[in-house]
Amino acid sequence: MGMIEVGLIHYLMLAGLLFTIGIFGIFLNRKNVIIILMSIELMLLSVNINFVAFSVYLGDLSGQVFAMFILTVAAAEAAIGLAILVVFFRNRGTIAVEDISMLKG
Amino acid sequence: MVITARNPVHSVLFLILAFFNAAGLFVLLGAEFIAMILVIVYVGAVAVLFLFVVMMLDINFADLRKGAKQFVPVGLLIGGVLLAELCIMYSGWIFSPDTAIHVAISGVPVEGFQSTSGITNTEMLGSVLYTHYFFIFQVSGLILLVSMIGAIVLTLRVRPDVRKQKVTAQFDRTVEESMEIKKVVSGSGV
Repeated sequence: MGMIEVGLIHYLMLAGLLFTIGIFGIFLNRKNVIIILMSIELMLLSVNINFVAFSVYLGDLSGQVFAMFILTVAAAEAAIGLAILVVFFRNRGTIAVEDISMLKG
Repeated sequence: MVITARNPVHSVLFLILAFFNAAGLFVLLGAEFIAMILVIVYVGAVAVLFLFVVMMLDINFADLRKGAKQFVPVGLLIGGVLLAELCIMYSGWIFSPDTAIHVAISGVPVEGFQSTSGITNTEMLGSVLYTHYFFIFQVSGLILLVSMIGAIVLTLRVRPDVRKQKVTAQFDRTVEESMEIKKVVSGSGV
């Protein structure tokens, strides 16, 4: 087995695969909000991998700074989403997505 | 595995595994600070939050998975289209001349930072973050504050039936209203 040199393209492909898994997860678990949130986290992670890989290979630190901001926003989003989830479960006793239709426009 | 595991606790654990793998990749890339922040923020805070919520809410997850099979073709279709697009994009990738000199010829990342100057990744990140990106840095702090207050306000539950210690009421008591001196007549009791 020859050694494969790991280059930028491999990181990008990994990020693309991870993003696809995230998208697929949203479709596969359409009823479960927790798993949808986890899929969103996966997608944000893949974007972060993209940013950091480009940042290192281009020799520009802005990508890593941006990855940190994405991390911040992801943490905030997870906290708020789970808080909403807890309140919703307390009120309704379920977290199935199709039951969330009280807020009809 | 994150999306196909039957038990959501398992999928949270697989999510943690994915975060650890990404952190390891970042270390290999030379972005140590981001890797450590990833471990601390994601594994230490977000994943534990997920785990906490999954375990705290007792939900019948089997019911939630019942109709999941019918969405598999749609998901596969969309995922396949996305993957195909990404593959086409990567195969047609052409770097700009400047980058191609660095990446294509040497095949290694431009490591002008760590090895030559002796400054660590964290120091460099800090020197950029606190100067060029200072405003955005403060805005992100504000976002975190808002999310913290929002989460507390959302989940705070005021229960009127629970007896609590009222400190101000205790301090507001005076000698006149709380103590009374009675003259006890001998032989009659209070």
